Amino acid sequence: MTHLVVVGASLAGLRAVEAVRRDGFDGDVTLVGAEEHLPYDRPPLSKEYLSADEIADPRYREEETFAGDLDVELVLGTPATALDSAARTVAVGERTLSYDGLVIATGAHARVLPGTEDIAGVHTVRTLDDAIALRAALRAEHARRLTVVGAGFIGSEVAAVGRKLGLEVTILEALETPLARAVGERMGRALTHLHRRHGTEVRTGVAVEEVLAENGHVRGVRLGDGTEMATDVLVVGIGARPATEWLEGSGLTIDDGVVADETLAAAPGVYVAGDVARWPNALFTDVAEGTMRLEHWTSAADQGGRAARHAVDPAAATPYETVPYFWSDWYDGRVQFVGIAAGEDIEVVAGDDAQGGPFTAIYRAGDRIVGALAVDMPAEVMKYRRLIGGRKTWDDALELAEQRRRQREEKARQRAEGACT
Amino acid sequence: MKINVDWDRCTGMGMCESLAPDVFEVDDDGSLIVHAEEVPEGMESDVREAVAACPTEALSLEGE
Repeated sequence: MTHLVVVGASLAGLRAVEAVRRDGFDGDVTLVGAEEHLPYDRPPLSKEYLSADEIADPRYREEETFAGDLDVELVLGTPATALDSAARTVAVGERTLSYDGLVIATGAHARVLPGTEDIAGVHTVRTLDDAIALRAALRAEHARRLTVVGAGFIGSEVAAVGRKLGLEVTILEALETPLARAVGERMGRALTHLHRRHGTEVRTGVAVEEVLAENGHVRGVRLGDGTEMATDVLVVGIGARPATEWLEGSGLTIDDGVVADETLAAAPGVYVAGDVARWPNALFTDVAEGTMRLEHWTSAADQGGRAARHAVDPAAATPYETVPYFWSDWYDGRVQFVGIAAGEDIEVVAGDDAQGGPFTAIYRAGDRIVGALAVDMPAEVMKYRRLIGGRKTWDDALELAEQRRRQREEKARQRAEGACT
Repeated sequence: MKINVDWDRCTGMGMCESLAPDVFEVDDDGSLIVHAEEVPEGMESDVREAVAACPTEALSLEGE
């Protein structure tokens, strides 16, 4: 192995090059990124990067770190345009890079509403440039009304930021229950309460027919029933599509992501990581058939390191399995989910979901606990994550829930006693 | 090895707890409790994983 090429210079790509260097890999390493920016931290872009008056530099590392400690050649601002997996080459701009091992970590693109690309005031949130533009739009003096299309996690976070900045916020969601696929119907309703409690209007089961513009700037939307709604800023949060267009004709299997085996291998010498990766997660194949693709920080970080280690030493590759984890910050609270939302057998084991929390709920499939959701109960989900990763039973989970309940009661009792003395 | 926490960066996400629960624990209010100043013997690899998994890069090890 002499040359590792990593295509995609976000979290997964960064972790890929860092992992092999930490392991002592002394071959050449090239990191290719479509954006001009050095790898940067994405989760804050839909949260404090928009809401805080002072913002931190979102870049993970300085440029000198790549040239120095990591000894990585950076090729930024030029997307890879083609892969020949038989010849083991990647086309990047005018260059053709030959590789011995390749990591594909090209991520995903934000989905857009067709025909709105040239309308000012219509935003998506995916890249740093997106966030810079949206930050300015939300903070503009004339901005009073924010409309968010899509009640997913990104849209919800932006809505929360809008309220924090004092805007009138409306979320338009095509489904009857927001987030039903991510957390199930009942929990989707519980999360919707969070918005309403904070003064965000949520309209479900509505279609956006047309984005209305005046002098090239958005002025509102027309809904499926013909009503028009005025807005100053429109944010489109309707999901992402994996960035696989450059892999047409590469010989890889593309099916909503790059399809890989359990070791993240998509072809000899080619491994995948992050939002673009679709692979069988052995931890859940007994309860949820097929492959999975995750758009979470945690899996991108994990898979980046794993894919690169496998790429430089395929003989040592082992199956990659993980308990998915994501978090989302809404208003002053935090939503955390571990595992998968398979099945609809859900039990609220702490708090109350009727008003949107705080609460903790656990998810059952067969005899196993497979998921846990917490709203504003930050001490809970990670305890369940261990059970899920250890393939523990539903009874084990209920036992933990009972133990946690007793611990919380004991703490409350101690606090009350402390207050009396 | 000493465990360092950058308290300005830590947001109590809890990845560390799920990987090394004997060392890290998130409290009910979301603050992180670190149960050991030094990495306990036999837990080096779990703690290393926990450090690498922190989404805010709040954890580091000193004297590796």
